[in-house]
Amino acid sequence: MTTTATSALADSELPRLRLDVAPLLLLPILALLALPLVGSFPTWVTLTIAGLAMGMMIFIMASGLTLVFGLMDVLNFGHGAFVSVGAFTATLVLLPMQGWMQADSVLLNLSALGLAIALAVLVTGALGWAFERVIIIPVYGQHLKQILITMGGMIVAEQMIHVIWGPDQIPLPLPASFRGVLLFGDVAVEKYRLLAVAVGLIVFAAMFLVLNRTKVGLLIRAGVENSEMVEALGYRIRRLFVGVFVAGSALAGLGGVLWGLYREMLTAAMGSDLMVPVFIVIIIGGLGSVGGCFIGAMLVALVANYAGFLAPKIALVSNILLMVSILLWRPQGLFPVAKR
Amino acid sequence: MLSLTGVHTHIGQYHILQGVDLVLPHGELTVLLGRNGAGKTTTLRTIMGLWHASRGALVFDGSDITQTATADIACAGIAYVPENMGIFSDLTVHENLVLAARDGEPDKARLEWIFGFFPALKKFWNQAAGTLSGGQKQMLAIARAIVEPRKLLLVDEPTKGLAPAIIQSLITAFRELKAMETTILLVEQNFNFVRSLGDSVAVMDDGRIVHVGPMAELSENLDLQQKLLGLSLDTHQ
Repeated sequence: MTTTATSALADSELPRLRLDVAPLLLLPILALLALPLVGSFPTWVTLTIAGLAMGMMIFIMASGLTLVFGLMDVLNFGHGAFVSVGAFTATLVLLPMQGWMQADSVLLNLSALGLAIALAVLVTGALGWAFERVIIIPVYGQHLKQILITMGGMIVAEQMIHVIWGPDQIPLPLPASFRGVLLFGDVAVEKYRLLAVAVGLIVFAAMFLVLNRTKVGLLIRAGVENSEMVEALGYRIRRLFVGVFVAGSALAGLGGVLWGLYREMLTAAMGSDLMVPVFIVIIIGGLGSVGGCFIGAMLVALVANYAGFLAPKIALVSNILLMVSILLWRPQGLFPVAKR
Repeated sequence: MLSLTGVHTHIGQYHILQGVDLVLPHGELTVLLGRNGAGKTTTLRTIMGLWHASRGALVFDGSDITQTATADIACAGIAYVPENMGIFSDLTVHENLVLAARDGEPDKARLEWIFGFFPALKKFWNQAAGTLSGGQKQMLAIARAIVEPRKLLLVDEPTKGLAPAIIQSLITAFRELKAMETTILLVEQNFNFVRSLGDSVAVMDDGRIVHVGPMAELSENLDLQQKLLGLSLDTHQ
């Protein structure tokens, strides 16, 4: 197997791959712009950390959805159901284990929380598998039907929550160790928000590693761009679809547990209520882009927090204004995926 | 190696292939010619299972693959290079080839063989494929198809829009593959490119094969070219 043929053009220099830093700069620019407007440094730090914590939770919920859309071309308007189901499933562990939750021991608190998260992730992952098999498979490639049937699925899921857990809101107190604030001089930071930031960073790092350092990650990235070609290389793309859908549903369940504890109150509609910011995040991030989803979630949460403090009347539309501004700048989102 | 018998393919309401009969002998390079819209790309996609035949039979290596899933067809030993090359732009050259190798890292000796006629791929090994030039992308698309030994290569218009120097690299690559007795079905409009490579030629029109014969016969017979293609190869010198 030898040959001496060469190509004249082969040796031509390529442009170096440029890291697209402009979207990454948006976060520090936004935070720095908000500082003089907020006026007080401690208040600004509190708002910023609260925004980052909220952003991490939204990212966890949105990351699965953006992959599902990017890879499977499925508009899953029922994604919020997994958020609600995850949160309610966690109560099956957290409420009976109130002893551990309210103990003055970080280990016991985290153990109870860990068990609740594990159960929520398992249940929502399994539910995601069933959802894909029963509801999604018949409507692949049919966007209008996808919207209708997944919204229908979400309504059914919400009603099932009412049937199983009753119609009332369920209070979900924070673990004792994560109640209250940590004081750094004049800066007060809620302990639970730091936990949410840590979990969000761990999830982001795990997704980054899986997508960039494993063959499954390569297949997902390739499939987001051209699923037909992945299949033509000999991989069963449908199996990948199922895996990504299950993982996305499980992540939504995890996000639901974190969000439920953050709000300390669960409602069956909590997932559907979150779908507006979640869809805004995946649109401004670039459909199918996990990195874009991460930056988008941080932007949405920070803008909501700053606007809520500075101009509460604008806060309601701040995310829409953010989305419009970003789409005017980059119509395909901050990090557009190649095929879109 | 592969036979198509009375193959019909519908895409939505359109009846594209209307009874294609074609046999690809083992180890030969068959060129599929025809005007735009004749059904050449649909033939390749039907063989690959990307569009399933609504009637007729496709038999590869003794097995009926008419309704086989694309992934299984690929695993059976058929590689496909689409007209748009199907490169994963966000992945590096290395990552594109790792996916094609299926069972881990590509074989080093085979990679060196590929680098022999496509040296750009070695040079830009860790470069995102989206930043490659059109010719280099085509090299990558073909390299991806041959990074592991395959029984049959389906290649759709590989020279489209490429510079002569790149085309020369492709000719070298196809000659090497022929020397290794790889069966190839090549859809191509560049007659000069295929004249020197093809063993046999099939001409399509309106979703049917209207001529099958040795490439030498078509290459030397101006009347036949005029009749089948409406033009002469000499006009493309």
